[in-house]
Amino acid sequence: MRIDCPLCGCRDSREFHYRGTGKLMERPAADAGAEAFHDYIYMRENPAGVNCELWFHEMGCRAWLLVERDVSSHEFLSVRLAESVTRGKQ
Amino acid sequence: MTRFADGGLIERSQQIPFNFDGRSYLGFSGDTLASALLANDVRLIGRSFKYHRPRGILTAGSEEPNALMTIGRGSQSDPNVRATMQELYRGLTSASQNRFPSLSFDLLAINDLMAPFFGAGFYYKTFMWPKLFWERVYEPLIRRAAGLGALSGAADEASYDKAYAHCDLLVIGAGPAGLMAATLAAKGGLDVILADEDFILGGRLNSERVEVDGKPAAEWAVDAVKALAAMPNVRLMPRTTITGAYDGGTYGALQWVSHHLAEREGLPLETFWRITSQRTILASGAIERPIAFADNDRPGVMMASALRTYANRFAVTPAKRLSIFTNNDDGYRTATDLAARGVEIACVVDTRTYAAVDGDFPVLKGAEVVGISGRRGLNAIVVRTASGTRRIATDCLGVSGGWNPSVHLSCHLNRHPVWNPDIVAFVATDDAVPGMLAAGAAAGGFSTHAAFQSGAAAAAILLRGLGRKVPRLPLPKSEDAPYVLTPFWHVQGGGKRAWLDFQNDVTTKDVKLAHQENFRSVEHMKRYTTLGMATDQGKTANIGAMAVMAELTGRVIADVGTTTYRPPYVPVALGALGAHGRDKGFAPERFIPSDALAREQGAPMVEAGLWYRPSWFPQSGDTHWRQSCDREVLMVRKTLGITDVSTLGKIDLQGPDAAEFLDRVYSNMMSSLPVGRIRYGLMLREDGMVMDDGTVARLDKTHFLITTTTAAAGQVMTHLDFCAQVLWPELDVNFISITDHWAQFAVAGPNSRVLLNDLCADKISNDTFPYMAAGEVSIGHLKARLFRLSFSGEHAYEIAVPARYGDALARELDRLAQQHHGGWYGMEALNVLRIEKGFVTHAEIHGRVTADDIGLGRMVSAKKDCIGKVASQRPGLSGQDREQLVGLKPVVAAGKLLGGAHLFNLGENPVRTNDQGYITSQCFSPTLGHSIAQAFLRNGRARTGEMVDVVDLLRGVKTTCEVCPPVFIDPEGRRLRG
Ligand SMILES: [Zn+2]
Repeated sequence: MRIDCPLCGCRDSREFHYRGTGKLMERPAADAGAEAFHDYIYMRENPAGVNCELWFHEMGCRAWLLVERDVSSHEFLSVRLAESVTRGKQ
Repeated sequence: MTRFADGGLIERSQQIPFNFDGRSYLGFSGDTLASALLANDVRLIGRSFKYHRPRGILTAGSEEPNALMTIGRGSQSDPNVRATMQELYRGLTSASQNRFPSLSFDLLAINDLMAPFFGAGFYYKTFMWPKLFWERVYEPLIRRAAGLGALSGAADEASYDKAYAHCDLLVIGAGPAGLMAATLAAKGGLDVILADEDFILGGRLNSERVEVDGKPAAEWAVDAVKALAAMPNVRLMPRTTITGAYDGGTYGALQWVSHHLAEREGLPLETFWRITSQRTILASGAIERPIAFADNDRPGVMMASALRTYANRFAVTPAKRLSIFTNNDDGYRTATDLAARGVEIACVVDTRTYAAVDGDFPVLKGAEVVGISGRRGLNAIVVRTASGTRRIATDCLGVSGGWNPSVHLSCHLNRHPVWNPDIVAFVATDDAVPGMLAAGAAAGGFSTHAAFQSGAAAAAILLRGLGRKVPRLPLPKSEDAPYVLTPFWHVQGGGKRAWLDFQNDVTTKDVKLAHQENFRSVEHMKRYTTLGMATDQGKTANIGAMAVMAELTGRVIADVGTTTYRPPYVPVALGALGAHGRDKGFAPERFIPSDALAREQGAPMVEAGLWYRPSWFPQSGDTHWRQSCDREVLMVRKTLGITDVSTLGKIDLQGPDAAEFLDRVYSNMMSSLPVGRIRYGLMLREDGMVMDDGTVARLDKTHFLITTTTAAAGQVMTHLDFCAQVLWPELDVNFISITDHWAQFAVAGPNSRVLLNDLCADKISNDTFPYMAAGEVSIGHLKARLFRLSFSGEHAYEIAVPARYGDALARELDRLAQQHHGGWYGMEALNVLRIEKGFVTHAEIHGRVTADDIGLGRMVSAKKDCIGKVASQRPGLSGQDREQLVGLKPVVAAGKLLGGAHLFNLGENPVRTNDQGYITSQCFSPTLGHSIAQAFLRNGRARTGEMVDVVDLLRGVKTTCEVCPPVFIDPEGRRLRG
């Protein structure tokens, strides 16, 4: 696979590490309660199609990336800097 | 005479001596081992996998199932090399495989007579027998009897390399389609890589007696290759097999760098390439398919197209009196070409009744070859026609069952090829691998003209797709013979076996048996019969087997489907895939700043992740590592010890929000830390478990330096990146790892301050530099960082200088330590010191423990949120139901404690259900004079003074211990603060 890092360009996937679901972006507020954290930490969807994922460009710019990837074809539909996505919400 | 007097793409002025099975022969430069053996009239070249049947060369290419050789000798030997791919070189040594004791007399040919027992599913059926019988009798027997070449058993001395390439267009195969596509694309400005398995580019242009633009096809190919080689945007890669297609336009490629050279000095044997390409043209050609008939595996039965290759390219033929068995017009070409070379044509056996090809040779229409005579070499065939059977004397039979496009690579991303009824074969679907188009024979265009045309068309489509103009390039003039075929797969009737898969010895009978035993899906049949599972992956076998299956199930081949094609297309040595990954190349080595000094002092080095750290520092007279270790521990406790702690992770954080950031990632409060002070910190994972511990030093209001354990340095850095980028990008904080930038040494023991006051310009006292102080000091003109930290429980410091001064500082510390009755201590002593003091490492914080488990529950601040706080407060993660950190000491001083031993209530049966906990760290404490341990014990903190049995069932050790707090020395911390 190749990942089009917004900072580094299209690079071999071995430069990156998969770091779990994009849901990790949505950390509950401190007072959201144990249930909310339980959901955040453990509960995962597993669709055979487009998934939101976090990838870490560990051997490159060290950017955390939020990507949309079709796990049945390995096609990357979008790659964004996670930082920009979070800032966009704030 | 097997070598023609003239012609062929061989260099007759260069005679090349080589050796096969102990005998010397001569070939020419330009020969393959296969063509040279045929030129020397060697027909028997191996024994088959299962039945040890005599075998000869079947093909002239990469698909060869029979002619597998061991090339070279001893540790240089390379088994299972296809003789059809091996270029001849001076002194090449080759040996046939799978025969005992010799090729011509093979004792295990008895297997052939036992064939009824060795049929499809024989492995599975034999497994049904008593297990003992299988392991002791059958497996050794089968391993001895069945198989291919063997490895030498010695370490492989060859070197391998890996390489990377990028291009706009990868053209796979340099036949007419590939050459045409590459030329057009290169002229259109694309960066092109043209790869081909062969050592001469041109594909079948080098094998056929046809003309292109008025000159012999091979000559045209030479010119075309020359023109490509002259273009700066083209890379030609002969001897390179594309082994797999992967996601994102990535391809694996195996290049034979020096297989063809007698002198390989300094060259890798093979290079494994990873090629990344925007677009790809699959011009991989086609593979001629056999027809299955009785004893069709006998030496002398060959593919018709291979006979043309040997005659036209290598000026060789094994035939003196040739016959052809064909179901299509292409088979006649072989008869025509060899007749033109003066070879007598016994007959062409055509399964069709309508065939209309001219030739000056006898043709039997509507005929089939039903038998073979000649066990080690063909001498006659038996032909059945409407008017009966007849025997025809012949020493070579060329078989043509039509052509299968080489679609393999187009299927590697889990797509299937499509059936094209016009050519009765599967063809690649375009974009089955995104960006890949098939051209030429791979796309089902079998004439030379069709190859040129589809190669140009594919290149034009891709050029346009990449926004380029398509340059004008006239198509070369060449033959455009129609491909006329009537499908015919196997001859019916007769009791004898007819081979489908030559390499794995699978016959039509086996496929029928699989069907009869209800293995009816093609994937089941494959696994039951092992068809297509040998090193050639059934390149000549698969489609024939599909046809037999289709017939048995009353379906058409398109509905039977194919098995799944997977990488690699050809066998790839693990040595090539793992190039440079052997010995020290397996992992990078990280050396501490005092590495040279430690080795000078004879310290054995131990791996800590990628780091190498000194285990202990032996002195003359030491006979056991424990002597060194005990001495070093006592030295630290009584006087002074120094050790290199540069491997600890060091992260420099700066910014107005640095304090706030640290409050969120550490469980305890960091924003309240005064400048010039250090605080111990605990980091949790979001699930509430301890991630790491370390220290936080505040160098300035907005400047912090944190340390991590050696083991978790990378993990913590990644975690901080996550927090800063993903969770809280609004915080104004920046950080960077400075682990490698600073050399850091621990100076520990009662004399530590005295040493530092000798070393540094600035004098310190307990008042100016108390426990947990941090500050800058001068060593001569050099600014150093000083931290009053202790991992030993002693009055201790850590001093850091830029890494380039590390060696110099180590040597200065060494000199001063000796003056103050101290010296170096290694990892073993460091570990003993911290166990005695009750400090934890990742042996304790192993990912399944909470802060409360290790007695640090109060470090999760109630005043603020932090990563892991909410989860750590869930029920079940603290309290008496948990295993808690305790110390253990044996009741009898000599009692042994072993790492990993489990704890049980006194006298209870040591079984899983009674388990009370386990030891995480243990050592002999020279300070106390007996073994001690840290352990997790159920509700341990409340059980101080209680006795437990410590049991190691693996090593048969049981020791009764007293539970105690994990801190064995100086629990009040007086030494630290002294
Ligand atoms: Zn990047």
